[in-house]
Amino acid sequence: MHSTHGNESPAPAPSHEGLWGWINHRTGLDDLLRNTLDEPIPGGARFAYIFGSGLLFIFISQVITGVFLALYYVPSADHAHTTVAYITKAVTAGSFLRSLHAYGASAMVVVLLLHLSQTYFFGSYKGRRELLWLSGCALFGLVLAMAFTGYLLPWDQRAYFATAVGTNAVSEVPWIGESIKRLMRGGTEMGTLTISRFFVAHVFLIPACIFALVASHIFLFRKAGAAGPIDEDPHHPKQRPEPFYPRQVLMDLSLTALLIIGLGSLCFLVPVQLGPPANPADAQYIPRPEWYYLPIFQWLKYWHGSAAIVGVLVIPTVLALAVLALPFLDRGVERRPWKRPAAMGAYAFVVFSLVGLGLRSQYVDRHDSGVAQQLAKQRAEEEAYSRKPFLPELSAASLAAANVTLADPLAAKGKTVFEGQSCNACHGDGGVGTAAAPPLVGIAKKFSPEQLADLFRHPTAKMNAGGMPPVDLPPDDLNALIAYVESLK
Amino acid sequence: MLERDNTIANPSVPLQNRRSFLGVLLGVGSVFVGALLSVPLVRFALFPLLRRTTEVKNSPVGELSGFASLTEPVMRTIQIEQVDGWRKAVSEKAVYVTKDSKGQLQVLTSICPHLGCTVPWNKERNQFVCPCHGATFSPDGTRVSGPSLRGMDTLETSIENGQLRVRFQYFRQLVSDKEVIG
Repeated sequence: MHSTHGNESPAPAPSHEGLWGWINHRTGLDDLLRNTLDEPIPGGARFAYIFGSGLLFIFISQVITGVFLALYYVPSADHAHTTVAYITKAVTAGSFLRSLHAYGASAMVVVLLLHLSQTYFFGSYKGRRELLWLSGCALFGLVLAMAFTGYLLPWDQRAYFATAVGTNAVSEVPWIGESIKRLMRGGTEMGTLTISRFFVAHVFLIPACIFALVASHIFLFRKAGAAGPIDEDPHHPKQRPEPFYPRQVLMDLSLTALLIIGLGSLCFLVPVQLGPPANPADAQYIPRPEWYYLPIFQWLKYWHGSAAIVGVLVIPTVLALAVLALPFLDRGVERRPWKRPAAMGAYAFVVFSLVGLGLRSQYVDRHDSGVAQQLAKQRAEEEAYSRKPFLPELSAASLAAANVTLADPLAAKGKTVFEGQSCNACHGDGGVGTAAAPPLVGIAKKFSPEQLADLFRHPTAKMNAGGMPPVDLPPDDLNALIAYVESLK
Repeated sequence: MLERDNTIANPSVPLQNRRSFLGVLLGVGSVFVGALLSVPLVRFALFPLLRRTTEVKNSPVGELSGFASLTEPVMRTIQIEQVDGWRKAVSEKAVYVTKDSKGQLQVLTSICPHLGCTVPWNKERNQFVCPCHGATFSPDGTRVSGPSLRGMDTLETSIENGQLRVRFQYFRQLVSDKEVIG
C-alpha cells in the first residue's frame, strides 16, 4: 500500500504506516486534521475568541444528555411528569444529568450572548461575512426555540403555566396569531398533543436545523477566515497569523474546562428541582418564565388592546430585521469600537433595555406582596415535591380494577362470585376477555339483566360448545353476579 | 515562520515533535476527562440492569394470630403490586391459607394446576373442587382425583411483624411437577 502512494500523489510520503497510514490514505484524515489545526488566526490567539468552540461543546453536551434522558422520558400528558420524577428521584445519576441538561440550556444562552457580543464589539461581521452573521442569527433563534420547547417537557406546574403564557403571547399577533397558537398547542387548549408537538420540535426538527446551521456556520467561518483583532483589515488581513493549534486550542479548552467544572459543581450542589405535576385547574398559580425570557415577558405587559400590534409585532420585527441586516448596513472597514459610536450606542441601548426590563420584572414581583407571597409558596411547593420519594404511577388496568370495587355493593359482591366461580379464568379479570372466551365488558348494552339470568342458567348451543357451563347459583349470588357483569364498562 | 521560531527556541528538537508531544498530552487529557464525564452517563443507562426495576413485592395476607385456630382452608384476596420501571400494576388474586400435613401454616394459590380455573373450597365435601373439570384436592392441597397431574401449588411465605406475607407466582399447568413461570 505504501509503495503505491508515491505514484499517486506528488506530496511527500506520509509519516504514518500500517493501519493508520492506510486509513489516512483512504480518508485523508491527516489533511483534514492539519487543515483544521493550522487555521490561521491573524494577529494571534486570544481569549476573546474562545466562545464559539465553547458553544459547540455545550451543544454536544446537550445532545448527549438529551439522548440519555430520552431513555426514560415519555412525551405524553399522562406520563411526562412521572417519567421526569423517575429520572430525577429514582434513576442513578438522573438528577445530575437532568440538571446538566437544564443548566446547559442557560449556559448556552450566556455563552451565546458572549459570542454575539464579542463578534459585535470586534466588528467581526464585517468584510464578506454577511452569510456567516445570518447563520449565526438563525442559530440564536433556534437556541431560544430549543429553550422554549424543552421547558414544557417536564410538565410540572412551572413548565405548564410558563408555556401557557408563552403560547398565549403568540396569539397577540394580529390575524394569524390565534392560528399559530392553535398549531403550536395542537388545539385550543394545552394538553397531551402540545407535549407531542413540543417534543417533536425539541428532539427532531430544531436539532436537525441546528446541526445543518452549525455546519454551515463553521464552513462559512473557514471560508471567510478568522477576522482577527479590532485593528485588522476585515477584507485582507495583514497581521502575522498564528495557527489555531496549539495556543488557541489551549485557550478554547480552558473555557471548556471552566464549563465542565462550573456546570458539574452546580448540578452536583444545586440540582434542578421538579415541581408538582401540572394542574390546569389551579387558578392561583403565577407563571414566570426562565431568566432569559424575563425581558420579553415584562415587555409584553406594556402592550394591550389596539396598541398590542406595535409592541408584539412591529417593534420586535424591526429590531430583528435591523440585527439581520447589520452586515449589509454597516459596511465600513473600521472595526475599533470607539470609532463606531452608532453601533456601540445601539448595542448599549438594546442591552440596557433588556437588562432593565428583566430587573423591572423582578422588582415588580418583589414589591407586590400578594405576588411575592404566591411565588414564595410556589417555590416552597417545588422544594417539598422534590424532596418526596418517587411514587410509581398506577397502570390503567389497575385503575379500572380499582374503580369496580367502588361500584355498588351488589356488584362488589358479584365480583367475588365472578372470581370464586372461575368466570375470570376464561373471561379474564374484569371481564376483559381471553383467547378462551369473549369479553363481557359492555354486555349491558346487548342484554338486559333478565336476559342475562336466562343465558346464565341455559347457555345457548354455541356457548356450550365454547365450554361455558350452566351457572348454578343461589338467587342472591346470581343477582350479584349479574349486577357485576352489567357494571363492566 | 514556524521553522524560524523553531531554530531560535531549540534547534535540537524539531517543532513537529513538540507539537506531537502536546497533541498526545491533549489527547490523553481529553480521553481522561471524557471517561470521567461518561461515568454518570453509563450509570444512568445501566440503572435498570443494576437495580431491580421489574419486581413483584410480597403481599400481606393477614395477621398471623388470625390463622392460629384454623380448622379448614380460608380464602383471602391479596393485592399484588408489580413494579415496572416508573409504573406499577396492582391486581387482586385469591389464595387459601391452610395447614399442611404436619399442621404447619401454608398458603395455596387458588389457580387450578390443571387448566387455570379458580378452585373454590367446598365445605360440604371438605375438599377443593374445581368447577371446570372436576379436579378435587384435600384441605392441604394434595391431589385427590380428577384430571390435574399434581396437587394445588404452595406459595412462598414469610412472616414480618406478626403478619403473614406471601409471594405470588404463576406455575405451569398440565405438568406433574411444580414449575414457576414468572
